[in-house]
Amino acid sequence: MDVLLYLIPIALLLGLVGLGAFLWTLKTRQYDDLDGAAHRILLDDDED
Amino acid sequence: MEATSLSVERAHTRSRTLNCKHCGTKLRAAGEFCCAGCEAAFCAGAKTGTPQIFSLSAEGNDQDGYQMVLGVEGIHCASCIRLIENALSANEYVTAARVNMSTERLSVSWRGPRNCGDTLAQQISALGYRLYDLNTRSAEAPATDVEKELIKAIAVAGFASGNLMLLSVGLWSSTAEAMGLATQSLFHWLSALIALPTVLYSGRPFFRSALAVLRGGHTNMDVPISLAVILAAVMSVSETLRHGDHVYFDSAVMLLFFLLIGRYLDARAKGKARASASQLLSKLAGTAAVYQDGQLVRLAVKDLKSGMRVLAAAGENIPADGRVVKGTSDIDMSLINGETMPELATQGARVFAGTVNLTAPIELIVDKASNKSLLSEIVRMMEVAEQGAAKYVRLADKAASLYTPVVHIFGALTFLGWLLVMQAPWQVAMLHAVTVLIITCPCALGLAVPVVQVLASGKLLKQGVLLKSGDALERLAAVDTVVFDKTGTLTIGKPELVGGAHTPADLRLAASLAAHSRHPLSAALAAAYEGPLFEMSVREFPGKGLSAEFEGKNLRLGSRSWCGGDIATDRENLELWFRADEKPAAHFLFSDTLRLDAKDTIGTLQKIGMKTIILSGDRMSAVEHAANTLNIEEFRGEVTPSQKYEYLAKLKADGKTVLMVGDGLNDAPALAAAEASMSPSSAIDIAQNAADIVFQGDKLKPVLETLITAQRSTKLVRENFALAVVYNIVAIPLAVAGFVTPLIAAAAMSGSSLLVILNAFRLRRKGKS
Repeated sequence: MDVLLYLIPIALLLGLVGLGAFLWTLKTRQYDDLDGAAHRILLDDDED
Repeated sequence: MEATSLSVERAHTRSRTLNCKHCGTKLRAAGEFCCAGCEAAFCAGAKTGTPQIFSLSAEGNDQDGYQMVLGVEGIHCASCIRLIENALSANEYVTAARVNMSTERLSVSWRGPRNCGDTLAQQISALGYRLYDLNTRSAEAPATDVEKELIKAIAVAGFASGNLMLLSVGLWSSTAEAMGLATQSLFHWLSALIALPTVLYSGRPFFRSALAVLRGGHTNMDVPISLAVILAAVMSVSETLRHGDHVYFDSAVMLLFFLLIGRYLDARAKGKARASASQLLSKLAGTAAVYQDGQLVRLAVKDLKSGMRVLAAAGENIPADGRVVKGTSDIDMSLINGETMPELATQGARVFAGTVNLTAPIELIVDKASNKSLLSEIVRMMEVAEQGAAKYVRLADKAASLYTPVVHIFGALTFLGWLLVMQAPWQVAMLHAVTVLIITCPCALGLAVPVVQVLASGKLLKQGVLLKSGDALERLAAVDTVVFDKTGTLTIGKPELVGGAHTPADLRLAASLAAHSRHPLSAALAAAYEGPLFEMSVREFPGKGLSAEFEGKNLRLGSRSWCGGDIATDRENLELWFRADEKPAAHFLFSDTLRLDAKDTIGTLQKIGMKTIILSGDRMSAVEHAANTLNIEEFRGEVTPSQKYEYLAKLKADGKTVLMVGDGLNDAPALAAAEASMSPSSAIDIAQNAADIVFQGDKLKPVLETLITAQRSTKLVRENFALAVVYNIVAIPLAVAGFVTPLIAAAAMSGSSLLVILNAFRLRRKGKS
């Protein structure tokens, strides 16, 4: 049962990292313009 | 490797030196444009409209400049985004420009004076993208804040319930004896560590709403929810302290998780209900050219006063009600009366705000300030109608008002029953009362409506039907009478060439003339001809027609008297005459054709028991003709906007539930007054705003499909309610009797929620057949 002592914290930590990543994407407004993002990837940054 | 092959391909396309005419992208295939979007934008740009003033909505920003957000129409592809952003960024004053494709919005900030914004807006308009004012500070922004807060709460609750379940499975599958008291205790404390912050964070939307209503001395669904969650958490802590079995951390958090999902879907389905009438008025607001001390200045429409002398250019909106003092022109009155054909306005004629001056500039003296115009009258009528419509109580709210007291009473009775009748210690009585609260908590009930509505609106959206609010479906399901406007709703709204006596050569010459005019019949004639046109300089005579000199011949296109036509024609059709020198006159017949599937759709509507009515501002003969073709028995022609409104009020008084389908400003009060309303996407902004539902395309069938979807989804909602009630009938006695363990509570709760969601998905499956 000793294994629980570090497995549970690891599991929680990984979950928290995921949660943090999601909240970060939300905060940086990455869901505001999903269609636009899909199209913008087609644009060349270095226009000649 | 890949980079080289790409540059080779580029060099190859460059060698053909074919660039898109609109955005300049190198073309990969033959043609003038890279995509349909560019072609549409290019064509729209060719017809530059009148400059509009947008900068009034601009807000000062912290960098000593301004920023504004505008709606943009016509963004189709990546090139559109780049074109708009580059055009703006090229301007040295612009500090930031960004297009949001999903919401079709453009936000731009600049340094320098406020009216810089108008120059920028004009630049975009010239590219062919139609801009419109959003009235940004209205109800929209806070709504997205609410959604964002809910999403965050869902994320936290989801994370917590997942991890709690991990621990709970261990607890359920074992006993204190098997796993050891210390381990069990550790698991309980870990659960508390995860659950308590989650309850505090994710529970806020419920706690806030519950506190607000309790302060007002009322109760709503959020009161038992908050009570159950808080009591469950507190009780679980006390059970943990005394090493008890009834630890409900997982249930409390899962409860929040499911309820938050329901709440979020509900917030999205609710959307923005019908826009308020005052917003609509500002939509029409713009500027007008006014003579002041002999000089022409531009004033905001709302500042126009009676007695001012205003110039309305050809193609411009008439800014205010007034009398024509100089000039003759054709006025498109469709905004007021829905008529297909423009009316002639000569000196002394009355013109109304919101109508469009088609053929020649006119000057008019304003005789009513803009807040007293006919248009404002219509807006006032809509305001009254909206207040009436606001009384609708949503099905979910009705259910909640029944449900809440029942839950409270059961909880209290359980507590008192165990305490007094069974002589149990108060802790045990409390435990059972809280179990009742948890297990009756309206997870399934909270999901019953929003899941169905979100699925239904998603399904309709795929068919080109935009549902503006979820509860429109409920109102639509009760409809038994459908009232149609004629022009633009049952018909396409634009005349089409249907015949007449003319040769192909006549058609080409006539179309060349017609291309120079904004008159709807000219536009229809020009559209009917495909091929190269002759270049000629054309003069337009308002109310009569067009004339031009071409290859030594005098060409005339217009009314019968203008061209000296002599053949008697069918009165139902609209006509144009054409003459080249002394050659006998040729004529073209037009008709505002019915939508292709209008007859089928009306027939099916009648078959499923709907009463159909036509209310139109058009001529009686035209209305009668349409009604006879469509087998509609009840129809009214030459109806004013207020008569339409009154007619609907009368239907309502007779106990009918009415769906109004219309597209013009003259329909707007009726759209607002009806129980439910739809308008085609070709309708004017105001009608689309007033309607609950907007449908796209040339067909009328969406009306029928939306009605059927509404009926089916409301049936599913009722089924879901029934499921939730059955679940409670089974669960409550068990909880009251004290047989429910944490495992059963968790299973019952998620089971009922899943059942309701699965039932809602039947909407999708059935729809395919």
